[in-house]
Amino acid sequence: MKDKFDYFIKTENNKWEVIIGLEVHAQVTSKSKLFSSSSTKFGEKPNTQVSLVDSAFPGMLPVINKFCIEQAVKTGLGLNAKINLRSIFDRKNYFYADLPAGYQISQYKNPIVGEGSVTLDMPYGTKKVGIERLHLEQDAGKSIHDLSPDNTFVDLNRSGVALMEIVSKPDLRSPDEVNSYVKKLRTIMRYLGTCDGNMQEGSLRADVNVSVRKQGEKKFGTRCEIKNVNSIKFMEMAIESEAKRQVELIESGKKIEQETRLFDTKKNETRSMRSKEEAHDYRYFPDPDLLPLVIKQSFVDNLKNELPELPDKKKERFINKFKLTPYEANVLISENNISEYFEEVIKTADIKLAKNWIIVELFAVLNDKNLDIKDSPVSSKNLANLLNLISSGEISGKIAKKVFELMVQSGDEPSKIIKDKGLQQQSDPKELEKIVKNVLEKNLDKITQYKAGKEKLYGFFVGEVMKASSGKANPKLVNDILKKELKK
Amino acid sequence: MNDLNDISLSEIIKLVKSKKISSLDLANHFINNIKKGKKLNSFITTCFDQTIKDSKNFDKKQNFDGLLPGIPIAVKDLFCTKNIKTTAGSKILENFVPTYESTVTNNLWKEGAILLGKLNCDEFAMGSSNETSFFGNVINPLENNFVPGGSSGGSATALAASLTPATIGTDTGGSIRQPASFTGTVGLKPTYGLCSRWGIVAFASSLDQAGPMTKNVEDCALMLEAISGYDKKDSTSINRKKENYSKNLKRTIKGIKIGIPKEYRVDNMPKEIEQLWKNGIDILKKSGAKIIDISLPHTKYALPTYYIVAPAEASSNLARYDGIKYGYRSKKGNNLIEMYEHTRAEGFGDEVKRRVLIGTYVLSSGYYDAYYLKAQKVRKLIKVDFDNSFKEVDAILTPSTPSSAFKIGEKANDPISMYLNDIFTVPVNLAGLPAISIPAGKDHKGHPLGLQLISKELEEQKILNIAFAMEKEIDFKQSLNRWWE
Repeated sequence: MKDKFDYFIKTENNKWEVIIGLEVHAQVTSKSKLFSSSSTKFGEKPNTQVSLVDSAFPGMLPVINKFCIEQAVKTGLGLNAKINLRSIFDRKNYFYADLPAGYQISQYKNPIVGEGSVTLDMPYGTKKVGIERLHLEQDAGKSIHDLSPDNTFVDLNRSGVALMEIVSKPDLRSPDEVNSYVKKLRTIMRYLGTCDGNMQEGSLRADVNVSVRKQGEKKFGTRCEIKNVNSIKFMEMAIESEAKRQVELIESGKKIEQETRLFDTKKNETRSMRSKEEAHDYRYFPDPDLLPLVIKQSFVDNLKNELPELPDKKKERFINKFKLTPYEANVLISENNISEYFEEVIKTADIKLAKNWIIVELFAVLNDKNLDIKDSPVSSKNLANLLNLISSGEISGKIAKKVFELMVQSGDEPSKIIKDKGLQQQSDPKELEKIVKNVLEKNLDKITQYKAGKEKLYGFFVGEVMKASSGKANPKLVNDILKKELKK
Repeated sequence: MNDLNDISLSEIIKLVKSKKISSLDLANHFINNIKKGKKLNSFITTCFDQTIKDSKNFDKKQNFDGLLPGIPIAVKDLFCTKNIKTTAGSKILENFVPTYESTVTNNLWKEGAILLGKLNCDEFAMGSSNETSFFGNVINPLENNFVPGGSSGGSATALAASLTPATIGTDTGGSIRQPASFTGTVGLKPTYGLCSRWGIVAFASSLDQAGPMTKNVEDCALMLEAISGYDKKDSTSINRKKENYSKNLKRTIKGIKIGIPKEYRVDNMPKEIEQLWKNGIDILKKSGAKIIDISLPHTKYALPTYYIVAPAEASSNLARYDGIKYGYRSKKGNNLIEMYEHTRAEGFGDEVKRRVLIGTYVLSSGYYDAYYLKAQKVRKLIKVDFDNSFKEVDAILTPSTPSSAFKIGEKANDPISMYLNDIFTVPVNLAGLPAISIPAGKDHKGHPLGLQLISKELEEQKILNIAFAMEKEIDFKQSLNRWWE
């Protein structure tokens, strides 16, 4: 990582700055859909979670799901944004097979959440990214083209599921910043429980707006919108290739046309989907089936009072109270489950040991096994017990690692493992004296060298003693005895 | 049992309650009338087996608690009825059978009523003559070759010809009141939000309201009581206690202040209409009402405003008829877009296409501000006009229509002249107010003409009571020789 921002497209004569804005579509965590009572469960059989409203039967009417409103307001509060007490649902009209009503209910001119911001921790310092707005809208169904050569099939299970569209200002300047921004949004929404951020299930997708300008220029270039990118990695790749495409075009004397593009993940390039001339005229107008959405300030205040501690606040607390470095704090607050685990461990165990063991040992295991921390084989209580055994000198760090390995395998409590496997520390001075003497007797030549001034050999003696005790010897006692014996 | 044709719904209910007639007798009587009334083309679908079965069931249980005990009723084919074909008068829904029941019709069945069949209407309720229906035009029982009005034309004809003792329609710009006026019957458009829109095929969501069509004001109060009420499935439904319109019905005119809007005295208004209006005013005066001249200055903008707002909403509401999920699908076309194009070209009639085109145009970017947004602003001004007037008066009296029923085909090729027929009814929908049309006289051909009473929101009881009193004074009589049988 670099400690200075340095993302430019460099060509022979120029340095190009890349300007990025994101429209993130986040699925609202809710049991039922935005305007109907059908379930939102993922992965069910096609067309089993569809009501008459979702499939737009004649005479069916939408009724707003209050829980989804709460989720949107909570998210708005998490983004430090203005909550609009009056917002309006509009119809976005277009024909498509998986859009049963011929229009999507969305919010156009009067969204429920207005301007806000998100703070990113970049290696070159913190960066504030502006939020333009957040609005609620329905998801469409899914067209499936690859089941038959002649037919397209439509699955309406997703039809009507609530989405939050979070629109950033064009404040992002590199794929890294985009990565950090999306992750931060996801962390905030997971803390709030408003979106699970599961990209494999399509809970989080983004339209990426990219333009380029020469370094130092004030005016934005013409932007292109890359539609529906569904992973952070693909977002980074798409930005990189789109920015390069635009630079090449401009430098060869051509103009950028404002258009909608698609990212081909296999070819790692974007291609045109439709030009500005072909752009849909969505004929937005307020949905006459729904009254303007009016919420009370007290409704917002109640939600505000119930908000959990958010990532930025928690990070600050971890740094100040637990003396963590910003890096450590970032890692430990990245998921609510992780910070909870950490705080559980340090209720009884040493903070320094805890942060190191979690970040290094535990994360290695979780990554390896592809597990969430809430499914960790080592419970927070067991880890705390293990760390306390280290602190009290009952086991050495080395033995602790062995015990930890066995804990991962069995999920057992550390003291049980130590007892079962006979891993208790040897702290009997007489036994240790025997081992020390034995080691020294075998290395008389080294003693002579040591006494002649080759003090580095001290470590060698310690190592030999530990080896002879299969690592179980109490290091402090070994030290004491060894020093005494060597003086003889 | 021919006298059943001449008595009101309320009188029929009395006969049922006093067990002088069974539900099955009633069902058979109206089924017989429907069979003999085929020429009028007022029904799209009948379900006689079901009607007979339901009426027998009623007679077995003998539960007279509901407002409409064992009464067979036909409804406009815009209300979705469970397991009974619902077409909205369109080819595109020619074979559509809902799996659900609209809230309003469900309210009827909860009060003991029984479904007789589904009534013809203009396609998607777009029309003022019932000539746009895919199932053919409906004939006014007053005279062959005359339209019954629209869009609830089948409802008006079936009611006037006693093929059903009462009915319900929907009113987006006059679709209940205008056909009521053309057939000598009573029609009421309730306050927007009083009756649930759930399960009604949508035309223009911010204007559509279901309402009763009956032979007299008493029946109208009863039917309104049966169908109205809050529905949490409709976000625009008004959450308030249900009113007992029939119990609270009384003739009140004395001391009531009635506004006469000068803007409704349109150019070239037929003498007969002017006379009708004057007669109404005289009756009110004689009965002790106070007549006050008022002004609704934005009235002249109502029709153009309506013909922007309604098509805009319709263009979006009708997008769901795409051949994908239900309804008609063309066999032509080599890809999705072509399938859409053929399906909608073949499935929709000219008037629907005309309005979808207008609606799409006025919502297009670049035109939205000039048309749709401006229309919404004017709509507010029209509402404010009414609000201001109701500071001074209890109700407003106007003619229901600028003419009596016209001949079939007379205006079919002249949409503007057709649209002008809604000039007195449209402002009420734009303002979301309740209004009732009652038969108040006849033209030189002996065709009925209606007067309209308008009140502020949720004051249905007030206009029902005034209408109830006027009805007695007007003493409108209509005898049909049942020429179609």
